[in-house]
Amino acid sequence: MRENTVLGIIFSNMHDETLGELTNVRTMGSVPFGGRYRFIDFPLSNMVNSGISNVGVVTKSNYQSLIDHIGSGREWDLARKVGGLNILPPFSNNHSGIYRGRLEALSGITDYISNNRAKYVLMADCDVISNMDYRDMIKRHISTGADITVLYQKENLAKEDLLSDTTAFGFDANGRINDVMIGPSMPGQYNVYRNVTVISRDLLSRIIADGAQHNQISFKREILQKSHDRYNIQGYESTGVSLTIHSIKSYFDANMKLLDPAVRNSIFNTQSPIYTKIKDEVPAKYGTSAKVSNSLVADGCIIDGEVENSVIFRGVQIAKGVTVKNSIVMQGATLSDGASLNYVIVDKDVLVREHRTLMGFETYPIYIAKGSVV
Amino acid sequence: MIRKKEWISMLLAGGQGSRLYALTRKLAKPAVPFGGKYRIIDFPLSNCINSGIDTVGVLTQYQPLVLNEYLGNGQPWDLDRNNGGVFALPPYQKSSGSDWYSGTANAIYQNINFIERYDPEYVLILSGDHIYKMDYSKMLTFHKEKNADCTIAVLEVPMEEASRFGIMNADESQRVFEFEEKPKEPKSNLASMGIYIFTWSKLKKYLEQDEADPNSSNDFGKNIIPSMLADDQRMFAYAFEGYWKDVGTIDSLWEANMDLLNPIDPLKLYDPSWKIYSRNADMPPHYISKTAHVQNSMICEGSHVEGDVDFSVLFPGAVVEPGAVVRDSILMPGAVVKKNAIVEYAIIAENVVIEEGAKVGDRPENWEDKSKWGVAVVGENVHISPKAVVPPQAMIEQDV
Repeated sequence: MRENTVLGIIFSNMHDETLGELTNVRTMGSVPFGGRYRFIDFPLSNMVNSGISNVGVVTKSNYQSLIDHIGSGREWDLARKVGGLNILPPFSNNHSGIYRGRLEALSGITDYISNNRAKYVLMADCDVISNMDYRDMIKRHISTGADITVLYQKENLAKEDLLSDTTAFGFDANGRINDVMIGPSMPGQYNVYRNVTVISRDLLSRIIADGAQHNQISFKREILQKSHDRYNIQGYESTGVSLTIHSIKSYFDANMKLLDPAVRNSIFNTQSPIYTKIKDEVPAKYGTSAKVSNSLVADGCIIDGEVENSVIFRGVQIAKGVTVKNSIVMQGATLSDGASLNYVIVDKDVLVREHRTLMGFETYPIYIAKGSVV
Repeated sequence: MIRKKEWISMLLAGGQGSRLYALTRKLAKPAVPFGGKYRIIDFPLSNCINSGIDTVGVLTQYQPLVLNEYLGNGQPWDLDRNNGGVFALPPYQKSSGSDWYSGTANAIYQNINFIERYDPEYVLILSGDHIYKMDYSKMLTFHKEKNADCTIAVLEVPMEEASRFGIMNADESQRVFEFEEKPKEPKSNLASMGIYIFTWSKLKKYLEQDEADPNSSNDFGKNIIPSMLADDQRMFAYAFEGYWKDVGTIDSLWEANMDLLNPIDPLKLYDPSWKIYSRNADMPPHYISKTAHVQNSMICEGSHVEGDVDFSVLFPGAVVEPGAVVRDSILMPGAVVKKNAIVEYAIIAENVVIEEGAKVGDRPENWEDKSKWGVAVVGENVHISPKAVVPPQAMIEQDV
């Protein structure tokens, strides 16, 4: 019989606050990325490519754009009779409401989890861009007999990378977690949590019930940090390329890193494609005065100006006489003759009129909100 | 229980497309890639769904594998329907025997049972080798207004070219009184586009009659239309205005691709109100490197350009390495042009590899004897060795 041994759960709103204006009108999961994707495409495609065919997407607020994007899940092959995609909007009963942390969010979907028949649950957030096969991690979780397995990567954190919610682990000789730091303050090399967790469904249900009784909100603080003596929490190291998004600046940098062929080839490959919503755009068209260098350009663009070191999303029009450098231009934007952009993030459907000059700086790209007219 | 439909479409997609030579060796003509991300069949299929037709029978015969896989359940064209949808219809064995489709009319005749399941009033007959955007619902309105038995879409062609087409001679009310296939001295310039709407009860009668005639070649143009005319049936010419191109030859396929690069875009491919749908390749945006020069071209997601591309169409996964030059050419999905190779006036089929320093095709201005010049074609999966030279007009089917 067809069975889903692993249930995937994606938290689409976690970390919304880190991206400021980018998430004013959308969830973290539906933030546009890399010319034609949204953040959620990465964990969702990774799950599907790892054989997980039942995925619940937990939402909280501003999730119209997310629902519009994932729809029935067909583009990810998740429009299924058995399993498939489930969107889980906030479910309010007498004790919960709009959740404040992961444990509370899980508490809101406790019936969804307990009614499922999968043996394991793999949870992921939308703040990590990677192409990752979760099957090996699940295998390790089973073979080590761990209660919880968390995915981490070794990373050198400089001062500016140390954020209040950066989570790092220490391990004992058997690979069991014996230290959990949230918001480490000293620069150095850390085993950084990538917000991917494997746990048996039974244990997760028990933790949720227990958490609700004790008014616990945060999975990270209450379970990983406070209960690592009680639970056997194992680390699983991933060495693949991943780009983490925790600020507008890191969002900008992650897009720019896609221009590096090594990064691009590790995130996009034909054997484990990243799926996204299909827009049926026409291929991009280059005019007589087009001059493009070191850039990614999606379908539907009409380009007649100069583009350098930039990521251009679907359906962008760049007129003759325009100069775009070091910028991210999202879907449907129109840049009119003589406009000049450098270090700018242009959100969807923006119109930049003739001869406007927009200039940010490498360490501080400026952001133009969705639908603006400049 | 299948519900009655007002009209359905039958798409003739079984032809070999022999005039496309190397491009259709393993591929039915309607499955030939076109325009950077499409296959030819995307145009009639998208026209159907945009015109409100939700049931399309695709008659397949020659090399159907790629075409069948491409059609799948019809989802890319919104043709995955509970009632109707898209169906591949190959010839099949019947209790009285089995036959290949012997002609366009015979292909429809053999599927009378399929059509009758929907009990349609009208049947739209299409072919899978034309590039155009057309609202068939307007043609149906015309058909009903004229109380026609058969309506044939026609296009005004230049008089001097009319002798290459099937020409309809019609009176002032657009009623057709004569049909001439490739006339030496054409009387009008209304060329048949190979698009017909028939009132089904009439067509069925003529299909059965035609089948009973052992001397018939079972073809719409040669048999059905002439015998309906001979019986003075109500046949009308519906004038279509817009871009329409038969892509049945290497030259016309090449030209139609190049037409897309025209800034005026005669096909209006970029008009979002009449989208052309296709099966998607799930690839990231294309990348243009520091060393690349790209102008006057159409480039699809998933391609990678580090060399010079001018007046060309690149499909998903096409690669142009540094120093390579691609001009006035078409690179189909997965075609790779390695360092310093030159491709000019050529059609490069899927997954071809052109090694370093090779040269495929040439510019017409370099050839005094124009009869020796033409678009060069390299067929699917062919490997062109380093420094090899493929002359214009060549048709390469094996590694060189």
